[in-house]
Amino acid sequence: MAVIEIKNVAKTFGSYQALHDINLTIADQEFMVLLGASGCGKSTLLRIICGLETASEGEVWIGGRRVDHLPPKDRGISMVFQNYAVFPHLTVFENIGFGLRMQKMPDDDVKRRVERTAGLMHIDQLLSRYSGELSGGQRQRVAVARALAMEPDVILMDEPLSNLDALLRMEMRAELKGVLAESNTTAIYVTHDQVEAMSMADRISVMHEGKIVQAASPIEVYRNPAAEFVAGFIGNPPMNFLDATPQGGGKYTVAGHSFDGPSAANSNLQFAIRPEDMKLSDDGLQAVAKVVEPLGAHLLVTCELDGKLFRAILDSEMQVKPGDVLKLAPMPDRIRWFDPATTLAVA
Amino acid sequence: MTTANTDVVDVREDSRKAGRYVYVTAIVLLCAWVIVPLYFLLINTLSSPEAVNAYPKSFFPEFDLGSLTFFANFAGILTALKNSILVAAMTMVMSIAIGAPAGYALSRFEFRGKELFRLLILLTRAFPLPLLALPLAVLFIRTGIDDTVFGLALVHTTLAIPFAVLITFSLFSGIPLELEEAAWTLGCTRFTAFTKVILPLVLPGITASAIFAFVISWNEVFAAAVLTIENRTLTAFLLQNLDTSPLHLKFAGGFILVVPALIFIFAVRKYLFAMWGIANR
Repeated sequence: MAVIEIKNVAKTFGSYQALHDINLTIADQEFMVLLGASGCGKSTLLRIICGLETASEGEVWIGGRRVDHLPPKDRGISMVFQNYAVFPHLTVFENIGFGLRMQKMPDDDVKRRVERTAGLMHIDQLLSRYSGELSGGQRQRVAVARALAMEPDVILMDEPLSNLDALLRMEMRAELKGVLAESNTTAIYVTHDQVEAMSMADRISVMHEGKIVQAASPIEVYRNPAAEFVAGFIGNPPMNFLDATPQGGGKYTVAGHSFDGPSAANSNLQFAIRPEDMKLSDDGLQAVAKVVEPLGAHLLVTCELDGKLFRAILDSEMQVKPGDVLKLAPMPDRIRWFDPATTLAVA
Repeated sequence: MTTANTDVVDVREDSRKAGRYVYVTAIVLLCAWVIVPLYFLLINTLSSPEAVNAYPKSFFPEFDLGSLTFFANFAGILTALKNSILVAAMTMVMSIAIGAPAGYALSRFEFRGKELFRLLILLTRAFPLPLLALPLAVLFIRTGIDDTVFGLALVHTTLAIPFAVLITFSLFSGIPLELEEAAWTLGCTRFTAFTKVILPLVLPGITASAIFAFVISWNEVFAAAVLTIENRTLTAFLLQNLDTSPLHLKFAGGFILVVPALIFIFAVRKYLFAMWGIANR
């Protein structure tokens, strides 16, 4: 139950600038995902919000209170760590109740709260166990329960599912989303897994080289990437890029074909299209299939088009062999344009 | 075919057996290397003076407690024992009190000169004590802590600190930083996180390194002999007196020096293994 405001936050480690002038407002009860490749500064930003790291510049506000000078315990946050950080010398019960005991909560209340949160995370059978006797997934549940038991204003999660195997991760993803939605807390979730980001987030902040490139809803990030980086990062496989040369009057030549593009810009642009936004049509762009990967639901074809690699997702019933010539027509309303000088989207 | 096969198996079996013999022999030799002298020490301690000087030796003790009783009644030995325990206990407390925070700092903080600091810690062990003995004695006399239990404990602490620092350094390094960070986010200060999370986890190891410091002090004889006159520790006391004592008393004296150290080390052996990284618990 708190709005988080990050104002002009920057962080340098020695001569290395990890974060550049970050500004971000996270609404009350919003589920915000910080998404980026490793080393993009997303964990650093989370740790600055948490108080485990101090910002070199800027301010952090939680619930209308400036907190960047406060220790973690006074910020109204709790955190779930990547490697769970379940205390090995305490039982599951004592782990979940640890923070409550630190607040000197009476024993009865601790017991009630621990049992309720444990029930929520389906670990009420494990309360007397030690972390050494738990599986990775169970430890993960304990870590989340411990954070939830604090009933924090803000819950911070640093790649909490990355140590779990794929199936368990999918299960926990849905469960975590449900539990957090019910808990009415604001959540910040750091991940490098775009599927996790897309499926859980209310809003995604895509980070790259210490900057937030785009902060928007998952579908907006997917459909209208604000920069070339986002277009090339989100989506599996990501967007295809082709060189576009202006003809004037809002027309552009792409691989020998003419397309309607942004009329304001009259310079070389990048033409971008998602692999699934392609139809087979006689007047399409001519591509030579190189690799054909049947993925069950669809067919992923990597082609050569205009001297570049170009991926298309086609119907799995299609008969395509390497060496075949395909005529691929991009859906006009799905085409996006980027300015190579600024790498930003142009409308 | 069958015979050839059996031959191959036989050869393989033979070489495996031979390897096993070498292995077992090596272990037996190594154990004997340590145990046989200790066993003779035990036999001679528990033998009458006549048996100690007789030849051939018996391989079984007579359980004659004469030599040990003699020691128990030997003037000054109880004071020396008390001094030894006092010095060792003070060494234990001081080396952990100074060494553990240093170990924590080394494992948790980045600071300028960290590598140099670690090297210097080791270098203190490379400095021969005899070289220091005279200046130390002069310094101690000037400051008035010569011939005191505390003064000697200071010297022993210096000897024990490198171990305390390096052992606690590896103990703290073995504890993930996230555990501490998790404690901070759950309402702990740096101090309470340490007492509630880190300390319970390192306590067995700290105990082990404390006992190790105790043994270092207990075994140390050179500084003890140089720096004390009246308030001798057991080692220094025995060194001084046994020189002119009959053989059976030398054995008994050696015995009462060795046994406590052995017992202590035996008690903490698994932590010593763990902290030198030889085995995991």
